[in-house]
Amino acid sequence: MGVSMNRNGEGALPFRSTARSQHTLTVVLFLLPTFVLFIVFVVYPVLQSFYYSMFNWKGFGPAVDFVGLDNFKRILTDKAFMKAVGNTLNIVVLSLFIQLPLSLGLALMVGRDLPGKRFFRTIFFVPYVFSEVITAIMWMGLFNPDPDRGLINALIVLMGGKPQPWLGSPQMVMGCIFVVLTWKYFGFHMLLYMAGLQNIPREIEEAALIDGCSTGQMISYVTLPLLWGTIRTSIYLSVLGALQQFGLIWVMTKGGPVNASEVMSTYMYRYSFIRFWLGYGSAVAIVILLISLAFSIAYLRLVRQQDYLGGVS
Amino acid sequence: MSASSRILGASGRKTLSRAVQYFLLTLMSIYILVPIVILIFGSLKTRGQMYSHPYTPPIPPYWDNYIKILTSSIFWTMLKNSLIVTLAVTVAVLVICSLAAFVFARLDFRGKDLAFNFFTLGLMFPITIAILPVYLVIRQMSLTNSLLGIILVQTAFQLSGNILILRNFFASVPLELQDAAYIDGCTPFDFFRLILLPLARPALSAVASLTMVVSWNDLLVPLVLIDKETLWTLPLGTMQFQGQYGTDLALVAAFVSLSAVPAVIFYILAERHIVSGLTAGALKG
Repeated sequence: MGVSMNRNGEGALPFRSTARSQHTLTVVLFLLPTFVLFIVFVVYPVLQSFYYSMFNWKGFGPAVDFVGLDNFKRILTDKAFMKAVGNTLNIVVLSLFIQLPLSLGLALMVGRDLPGKRFFRTIFFVPYVFSEVITAIMWMGLFNPDPDRGLINALIVLMGGKPQPWLGSPQMVMGCIFVVLTWKYFGFHMLLYMAGLQNIPREIEEAALIDGCSTGQMISYVTLPLLWGTIRTSIYLSVLGALQQFGLIWVMTKGGPVNASEVMSTYMYRYSFIRFWLGYGSAVAIVILLISLAFSIAYLRLVRQQDYLGGVS
Repeated sequence: MSASSRILGASGRKTLSRAVQYFLLTLMSIYILVPIVILIFGSLKTRGQMYSHPYTPPIPPYWDNYIKILTSSIFWTMLKNSLIVTLAVTVAVLVICSLAAFVFARLDFRGKDLAFNFFTLGLMFPITIAILPVYLVIRQMSLTNSLLGIILVQTAFQLSGNILILRNFFASVPLELQDAAYIDGCTPFDFFRLILLPLARPALSAVASLTMVVSWNDLLVPLVLIDKETLWTLPLGTMQFQGQYGTDLALVAAFVSLSAVPAVIFYILAERHIVSGLTAGALKG
């Protein structure tokens, strides 16, 4: 029996099995580099952090001083950490309610056929290619509190006002940082919206106008709903970007004055790499990771669902 | 020209709204350009001029700041380090992501959805959050103070998004093309190498441009992994230079301007690819 089966399959079977094993080999080999990098630099580090987060560990020798969940307790009762979370949320909210509408408005304005469109797009997008270090140093000069040095205070004095401390003031520092963040990133979002607009067939909008819509009605009932996919992406990128903010703030203020501009990433950096409390830093990393995950889940729940409903109606 | 302009008709109203549009756009342009112009002005002044007239045009321009920086080796070392890191990361990301994206777009295997979700999980776990855990691993591997460490970490954290972009692009290539290739005796690898990659050139250059921008501008990874001055990249070096020579604002301005030059050149050359990359990622996302 076995022999005859062998003979029957002689032509086809070896061929098919080499094709199949070649297929498997392709899948394995092609995914291998991604898989290795992922395990080594994403999965393993996170798991290891869970372990270290339960120790009081300064990074020398093995971690032996087991403290259980004390690090987490300490993080959640630390006012500076709460301030950092609050500031991060502020950046998220300001980005969503000021930066994105500004970008969207400008994109609608430049629209598809304003003469000089390319020129404005090029200028608005330039800050995106500058590093955050360059951006920060540029703006630190402008915000210099001495009116003889800083352009902004010089202009205020020129118009008869009083010079302000800007980055040196706990009340103003986040506002200043937000101005710089907007400077760097609004062009990026505007570009996304312009590309989204490019994909909306002009005939639909023209039909609305022929049917007697005003331009305002056309934008709110036709253009914006059609642009929802792009708006959704822009929201996601904006929130993700706000959660990750580090370089700009670190160079401009190092989180100061007195924690006034601390965000989650600067807080983690301070405890991990300035004080070298690596156990505590690991716990902070895990808390931030959970907060980001919560954001992602909220995004999926709220935004995707709405998108689905929008698609149905 | 278009129907909409005919309907809006009343050309007076149209001119007025155009005027408002240009006015607002000009205001935004000023907001964008002022910091850049002031920086360049500052870089062309002596230290004394920078103190007495910090924001007036430099007439006549004083070039010594630039000469001083360009004739010292520190700037060139940073430039070289940044180039090595960015080029290596870009090549690695292109190769690794296109291989994985091909598998996810074109081959079937058990657990494919699971694997794909696993890899895109990285999107929710950016390097800013992961930096301490990753630092600990790099230290265990004795890769601190090496460019290789920066390259590996930057590559690993650029994979998720770019696999997503390339997979979407590969998936949009007609299936008939693949069938025809297989009938003609191509292996999956031949199809990938001879047909898919050449077709995907626009997507690949978009991914390359975006990767370059991110890698070139990254501060955090070199800041954490590198102590040695000879291994500083441009953003890290620029930050340190500003700390060290903070009192000579004109010299700092020149240094910052010079460190922006490669990014600006790159932007001029690759604007098209950057724009198409962002929009491709965005519209599919």
